[in-house]
Amino acid sequence: MDIHLEQLTMQFDDVTAVKHITTTIKNGELVSLLGPSGCGKSTTLMLLSGLYKPTGGEIYFGDKRVTHLDAEKRGIGMVFQSYALYPHLSVLKNIMFPLKMQRVAKAEAKQRAMEMAKLVQIDHLTDRKPAQLSGGQQQRVAIARALVKNPKLLLLDEPLSNLDARLRLEMREEIRRIQQEVGITAVFVTHDQEEALSISDRVMLMNQGELQQDSAPQEMYRTPSNVFAASFLGNPPINFLNLTKEESKAGTYTIDGTNQQVTFMNPALKAYETLKIGLRPEHLEIAAENEAFITGEVIHIETIGRDTLIRVQQGDIPVRALVDPKIHLQVGDTCSLAIEENQIHFFDTNTSERIGGGFSHDVRTNLEEHV
Amino acid sequence: MMSEPTWKSTFKAFLYLLPALLILIIFNIYPIIKSFLMSFYIDFDYFNNVVYERGVRNFIHLFQDPNFIKATLNTFIFVVGVVPISIILSLTIALFLNSKIKFLGFFRTIYFLPFVTSVVAVAIVWSWIFHSDYGLLNYFLGWFGIDPINWLTDPTYAMPALIILSIWKGLGFNIIIFLAGLQNINQQYYLAAQVDGASAWRRFTNMTLPLLSPTMFFVSIISIINGFKVFDEIFALFNGKPGPANSTLTVVYYVYQKFYEEYEFSLAAAAAFVLFIIVFIFTLVQLIIGKKFVHYD
Repeated sequence: MDIHLEQLTMQFDDVTAVKHITTTIKNGELVSLLGPSGCGKSTTLMLLSGLYKPTGGEIYFGDKRVTHLDAEKRGIGMVFQSYALYPHLSVLKNIMFPLKMQRVAKAEAKQRAMEMAKLVQIDHLTDRKPAQLSGGQQQRVAIARALVKNPKLLLLDEPLSNLDARLRLEMREEIRRIQQEVGITAVFVTHDQEEALSISDRVMLMNQGELQQDSAPQEMYRTPSNVFAASFLGNPPINFLNLTKEESKAGTYTIDGTNQQVTFMNPALKAYETLKIGLRPEHLEIAAENEAFITGEVIHIETIGRDTLIRVQQGDIPVRALVDPKIHLQVGDTCSLAIEENQIHFFDTNTSERIGGGFSHDVRTNLEEHV
Repeated sequence: MMSEPTWKSTFKAFLYLLPALLILIIFNIYPIIKSFLMSFYIDFDYFNNVVYERGVRNFIHLFQDPNFIKATLNTFIFVVGVVPISIILSLTIALFLNSKIKFLGFFRTIYFLPFVTSVVAVAIVWSWIFHSDYGLLNYFLGWFGIDPINWLTDPTYAMPALIILSIWKGLGFNIIIFLAGLQNINQQYYLAAQVDGASAWRRFTNMTLPLLSPTMFFVSIISIINGFKVFDEIFALFNGKPGPANSTLTVVYYVYQKFYEEYEFSLAAAAAFVLFIIVFIFTLVQLIIGKKFVHYD
């Protein structure tokens, strides 16, 4: 069953939390709604669940319009951020609850609940009360309860945010495994880019209620469609530089705040008097001064994992770069950084929209490493 | 901070407890023990505190006194009449006050007013409402073609009148407690239950009721104990009499009569002790039932 959103809008008193979102979620896909807090991702999920009713637009499950259908009639499963396990019921009764509401016979309900408990690997805990379970176990119960009635759609609201770092990794893979085993369409909300990019088929990036980009994880990282998408993804974050065209030389720009000039070959840039460019720290390399894109003084060195993060300052502008730890550098050294032109992201200064650049078939970029 | 108790820390804590403890011992604990002992006095000089004879004759006398039997029966009728209706009504109103409505603060104040109003003032107002010729209640009943009822002078209707007043008087307190209980329930459970396919009614029976059970338990114990202790309302509503033809004579009223009107001090003490045992048994039964049905987090 495909899910289709058409101009979906949600207005609270004086805030528009979701603005005209149109998209289709395909059957069997795991889609993540990503964005900073307050961007409208949780509201969108609540609209899909039916717990909120939109102030504008439509929601279709398959061909059926469900915009104004109550949550209890939508037949969806949902995992809440705090799991919301019923504290007065045992694990088994928690999982059986949706079936009890459908008036499924008790023996059958029990059998189906046990099957679900096996799928999420908590079948040895079914007699316990939720308070006696660890966070990860509660999470599994919540998933079992959401799936037991064979819903057509599974919604997960920040399902990993209450877990510690190691468990988060484990549950992330578990959610993916269970989703693929059941073959269910799933939408999951997160503010964590790593979570979103690592397990979803498709990422919907939101900011201030608007859909910023709707694409596969790799694509979103490699060709961000605007300044927000470029800035939100990537760790350490992307460097932005503002450029102003030099009238005397074609294709040459001055980096604002410095006296350095750069030249681009890309013909699409000709029309722009000013540009905003994005340089990912992992694409910058230490180079000889005559090949340099930007040269400056090293003001900070930090080792993160296998890489060394340095900050190079030219004029008022600092640039972060991930460099080979074998190269010996000290704070105060002069350092030249180079980047290939096809790895630079170009944006329109006025609209913040993408002009070009970025290497969509970049095989060198390992997404897992840089988010 | 929570370390093992030492003699020093116990002594220090005891000093803090002392002022309240003194008052409790003098005005509560000592009278309880004293009245228990007094219920066995047969022949004694009350003013010089000299006892010549002790025995269980007071208790035998009580159970042979038709007035005491009537008082016990009336008390049970009162409790059965007030407690269930009061709980259902106050829970309903609490649910209503817990929903999203306008002028919430105003309604909450209105419903809490009976609790903070003096029983005497309330009884005076209600004795006018119950008035057979000019009363509001008979006026309303008249709309449905019901003839005027002598609420306060007919022995058949005195108890219902007392029950109506007591239910109304107790609403405020119960509503506040229920409201606090309802607000303690995490909204997430309702949302989860709704997604799980529970209709509004089934969310109430499957979520609200079990999650509210500790509150329900507390309210029912307090209501039953208060019901067994009823006195002020009777005294105020029937002008210092236990209703027409003893129709609203309750155990506490019986104790009052024996003590202040007939100076049968030891008999009054024995009656009070019997009431204590009844309340104690009821509370015990509730505790046992509660263990099975009440869910604590």
